[in-house]
Amino acid sequence: MSNLAFDVAHLLAGGLVLASFILLYQDRLSGLIHVFALHACLLALSVGWQAWVQQSPHLYLTAVIALAFKAIVIPVSLLRIMRRLGIHRSIDIIGGVGTTMLLGIGLVALSMVVMLRATEFADPLAREDLAFALSVVLLGMLMMVTRRNAVSQVIGFMSLENGLILAAAGAKGMPLVVEISVTFSIVIAFIVIGIFLFRIREHFDTVDVQAIDDLRGERRE
Amino acid sequence: MNGLLDPLLQIVLVPLVSALGFVLIASWRIASWLNIAVSGLTFLNALRLVQGGAREGEYLFADDLNLFFVLLTSFVAFTTSLFSAKYIAVEIERGNLSPRLARFYHAMYQSLLFGMLLALLANNIGVMWVAVELATLSTISIVGLYQTPEGLEAAWKYFILGSVGIALALFGTILIYMAAEPVVGEGYHAMVWNVLTDNAAAFSPRLLNVAFVFLILGYGTKLGLVPVHGWLPDAHGEGPTPVTAVLSGLMLNVALYAVLRFKMLLSLNAGAIAPGPILMTLGMASLTFAAFMLYRRDDIKRLFAYSSIEHMGLIAIAFGIGGHVANFAGLLHVAMHSLTKSAIFFCVGHIAQFARTQKMSRIHGLTQSYPLLGWMLVISVIAIVGLPPFGLFTSEFLIVQAALTLHPAIAVLIVLLLLVAFAALMLRLTGLAFGEPHGHFETQTVAIVPMVLHLSLVLSAGLFIPAQLTAWIERIARLLG
Repeated sequence: MSNLAFDVAHLLAGGLVLASFILLYQDRLSGLIHVFALHACLLALSVGWQAWVQQSPHLYLTAVIALAFKAIVIPVSLLRIMRRLGIHRSIDIIGGVGTTMLLGIGLVALSMVVMLRATEFADPLAREDLAFALSVVLLGMLMMVTRRNAVSQVIGFMSLENGLILAAAGAKGMPLVVEISVTFSIVIAFIVIGIFLFRIREHFDTVDVQAIDDLRGERRE
Repeated sequence: MNGLLDPLLQIVLVPLVSALGFVLIASWRIASWLNIAVSGLTFLNALRLVQGGAREGEYLFADDLNLFFVLLTSFVAFTTSLFSAKYIAVEIERGNLSPRLARFYHAMYQSLLFGMLLALLANNIGVMWVAVELATLSTISIVGLYQTPEGLEAAWKYFILGSVGIALALFGTILIYMAAEPVVGEGYHAMVWNVLTDNAAAFSPRLLNVAFVFLILGYGTKLGLVPVHGWLPDAHGEGPTPVTAVLSGLMLNVALYAVLRFKMLLSLNAGAIAPGPILMTLGMASLTFAAFMLYRRDDIKRLFAYSSIEHMGLIAIAFGIGGHVANFAGLLHVAMHSLTKSAIFFCVGHIAQFARTQKMSRIHGLTQSYPLLGWMLVISVIAIVGLPPFGLFTSEFLIVQAALTLHPAIAVLIVLLLLVAFAALMLRLTGLAFGEPHGHFETQTVAIVPMVLHLSLVLSAGLFIPAQLTAWIERIARLLG
């Protein structure tokens, strides 16, 4: 049983890292949103499995919230925003796909080295989970750095949050207060972003962050 | 504990309830008066709390360290609400702000206050994290309030960098829990500050080290430490000025408080790395960067935002050095910087409203066109650059003295960088305050009380600090180790 528990957790968390890599090279917005939905599904499964293994029912709630909000509600509304703003075109990745993927591999290696060494005495299940979670967090960050488009930055941020929830679920008996709050913060953050996106749309006819960058000319003349 | 009247509970509940209540109040005039009243009540609660001394509750707790920050926060929030009432009235008169947005603004002001106070008083690292996040979200929405392209960009940048920071901080928080869990057992109490500090010696040092790296980068983002400071000048430059004052004077302090708590936790564990050098390095980087960046500014609010980075760097250095003298100096500097910097932003807010611009190249001769405001600016800038007889001179002197005992080279470097910043600010000040005045001339009432109050406190701290206060700060300095 314990072997199976370990393997399945490993498989799911590894799948999450894989999904993060797929996110990294998506160059179409609709593709990005669909892969993010997959990412959230994998997270829900992973958290659900942790709930089963640790026998802590409150984690099921976290899994359900992840599934409902991040795999269904958010992708659907993002697709709607995309249609309303008319941004179907492809998005460029700064530095190109190849470099980004290589950097991603480097980050995963880094997180393995750091986490596995730091948690030598911890429970192996939690240990591996934490290493995977850090990989997802770092890959999410990489995605935010390599994208200029506001919607894809938001998706990068949400995939990063998924990594955090994976870490929180892996930590045995972590109080409910944190998981709920994380989820809440995502919802709040999403509302904030929604407002922002619409305002940005009103003002510039674009959601490209680069365009906003150009508007600021603070340098002394 | 006497239920709802308990100041520990009330100080958190009053801003929360009023944040919700302000959504319902349609008149911005009534809302801004109520904002003053509520902030005043919060300050009274803070005084009652300080009088009561240290306490431990299950969810909230008070010790000398957080009481110090709570007192400072509630005082500056109260005086800022006085300034805010005048400022918002002008903005609405000119049509820069719609009454509907003013309603939103007041609700967010209180929600920001709630977030900060909860972060300071929470007895749980998870709750503290949530509270910091709440305060950040409130400030983000106020920074974007004017909906100008620049404002939106600032808010977006703040959102992206702030979220990454807060994500790192959460990861660090989870790691602290993982370090605590084998020692104190599963569940809620493995995140409670008291329990953590009591058992820190038995935690896995390696896990604590990794956790601290995440925590200092995470909360350091909010603190505006270089290299994760990118959001700070923009957010300061674009939002309504009362929020700039709160951001600079208080929000940075809350992040600092979080870093200090975790530093204390680490120093209790013999096997963990010493957090001091990390803080010092980041502080030195901030001080260097900001001191030179001061020269290239043209926007008056962004100028003083860089000055905030500089002072936060100096404070990080002070706490990085550690020991009683440096900690004492650091705490004093935190208080003096908050008071002076918010007084400066009160001045700057009025100046930008009168001149109808934030560009310094278009503002001259303030001491002639607006003598009161102009001289107030002169006095407060003299205070912030650390000239005697103001309180910042005392604290900077003590920091340099503490650095000298550690290594003379560090002290020399700090003094040189402070001089660089001093010259930059003086250069700008002469342009602003003296010379031939031009631009708009308008006569309007100025919220003079908060400025005079802050500056006289800073002045009196430079001349004489009551023995009771010194003893209190010394006690906190010892607590910090």
